[in-house]
Amino acid sequence: MNRQDTSDIVFRRILAVFPISILILVAGIFFQLAYSSLPSLKHFGLAFFYNTTWDPVAEHFGALPFIFGTCLTSLVALLLAVPIGIGAAIYLAEYAPPKVSKFISILVDLLAAIPSVIYGLWGIFVLVPYMRNYVQPFLGKYLGFLPFFQGPNYGVGFLAASIILAIIIIPFIISVSREVILAVPSVYKESAYALGTTRWEAIFDIVLSYGRAGILGAVVLALGRAIGETMAVTMIIGNNVVITPSLFSPGYTLASVLANEFAEADSNMYLSALIEIGLVLFLVSIVVNILARFLIWSVTKGPGQVIK
Amino acid sequence: MKVLIHSSFERTRRRRAIWDRAMVYVLSLCAIGVLFILFNILTHLFIQGITSLNPEFFTNLPKPVGEKGGGMANAIAGTFTLLGLAVCLGVPIGLGAGIYLSEYADLKFAHAVRFMSDVMNGIPSIVYGIFAYTVCVLPMKSFSALSGGFALGIMMIPMITRTSEQFVRMVPVQLREAGLALGVPKWRVIVDIVVPAALGGIMTGIMVTLARVAGETAPLLFTAFGNRYWQHSLAQPIAALPLQVFTYAISPFDDWHRQAWAGAIVLILMVFMINGWAQFYVVRHSRWLSGK
Repeated sequence: MNRQDTSDIVFRRILAVFPISILILVAGIFFQLAYSSLPSLKHFGLAFFYNTTWDPVAEHFGALPFIFGTCLTSLVALLLAVPIGIGAAIYLAEYAPPKVSKFISILVDLLAAIPSVIYGLWGIFVLVPYMRNYVQPFLGKYLGFLPFFQGPNYGVGFLAASIILAIIIIPFIISVSREVILAVPSVYKESAYALGTTRWEAIFDIVLSYGRAGILGAVVLALGRAIGETMAVTMIIGNNVVITPSLFSPGYTLASVLANEFAEADSNMYLSALIEIGLVLFLVSIVVNILARFLIWSVTKGPGQVIK
Repeated sequence: MKVLIHSSFERTRRRRAIWDRAMVYVLSLCAIGVLFILFNILTHLFIQGITSLNPEFFTNLPKPVGEKGGGMANAIAGTFTLLGLAVCLGVPIGLGAGIYLSEYADLKFAHAVRFMSDVMNGIPSIVYGIFAYTVCVLPMKSFSALSGGFALGIMMIPMITRTSEQFVRMVPVQLREAGLALGVPKWRVIVDIVVPAALGGIMTGIMVTLARVAGETAPLLFTAFGNRYWQHSLAQPIAALPLQVFTYAISPFDDWHRQAWAGAIVLILMVFMINGWAQFYVVRHSRWLSGK
């Protein structure tokens, strides 16, 4: 009996190494990135975040244009993706017949499984020409009085990148908000019907307001994806260090400057400035994800299943 | 007065009914729009890529610019090599952590690890690339297959932890109790009864994770780096399918563009097939667990 107890304790101790290593890994990534970006952190300090010049030759690094690009593209992507994503999720959860809903959900999962490099490929050869020939001339003609739709029309740029981002995050918004909507107890909806509401009123006033936190969580989660999305954006944003309100202008994001310049960084300061950008991405995505999890778990009551 | 109230009520009622009807169309339009995008991407992919997809594509090395033909044999093999390396790192740690969380961990610790895994899942993949660069590429002084596999392996850990915990937890408690009642120590029950019973599910989790990692490009940009030839050791740069698609897509040559589309077809078929296979497994596994 005694011998069995010891073997059990030994097994448990050995196995405990693995989950602990996950916690250590996250901390390790943070310290490694912080340590490697130390030269840049020391040299530029806070100016790194509000300086607008990015000059590898003079070794003068300010990340504001990239921060601006990431904020702008993510924001526009959310504006496009949130209504469509939540709308489709409501349709799947409340309106579609179960079989149709199941089928469409599988297709949405397919969309989510497409690697981002393929979105980028499609972006370069299908989306960008379409933007250049139809969408941007149209926007420039009818909404050209707004500063967002002015400037030369290349096709590549903030707007194209935002649209591809929107397409990439829509499946996430759909699947998480669908789950949240399905988690709303149907008693509430039935009570609303009993009071004489229409179907849409019951959904909008009761279901959506009950699942508000969870849907917000889905949106925040999607924001996290948009901030970190690298390949598709890199391929069609145009790689241009600039701060401008024009959505037609080629630009840069935090992630895409890493993808483009990291492998050719030749000096220590250059490398460390790029790693600092990585550190910023790491910290931002952790904050965003923690926020999203709390919001989603507050509605679905716990972490839920990863594979259904 | 009475008539007035009646008609205003009637108006509101009609407006609400119209609104209700209209939303059905708006919402289904959202769903149709999403399907249209998927359809558009897939048709372009197949129409553009199918012409360059021939046996040569799977057996030849890339040709220099200007020469027709050539393939991505080394990139396809490279992707499998990288996935193999990633599995070596990700599966043991993820599986071990998943089993621990399901069988031993107290509530608080399990919650913390689960939370951290979910957060890790949300970290942009390029950050893992940078991490692998600083801990692998810099000390080794060379881009290498090992560092690429390391980056992908770390990305796999949180997903495998979550999925294997889920499936190990699903094993009926009676199975464990039956083992324990025979006087078998708990760890033998886990190794010989619980894990084998959960194996189908665990495999599903591993495959879903592989499908996700197989298409990753960003973490490979400055770890695996890419290679136009066969690599001869794991300490050398290695080609990978998504990397090759990226390089070809942003190149200015039509020939390379066609190859990029063909590479994308192979990549997407790989991802879809692994996913489909995983779905098949999970259905079979849950049937088997429920004893039907």
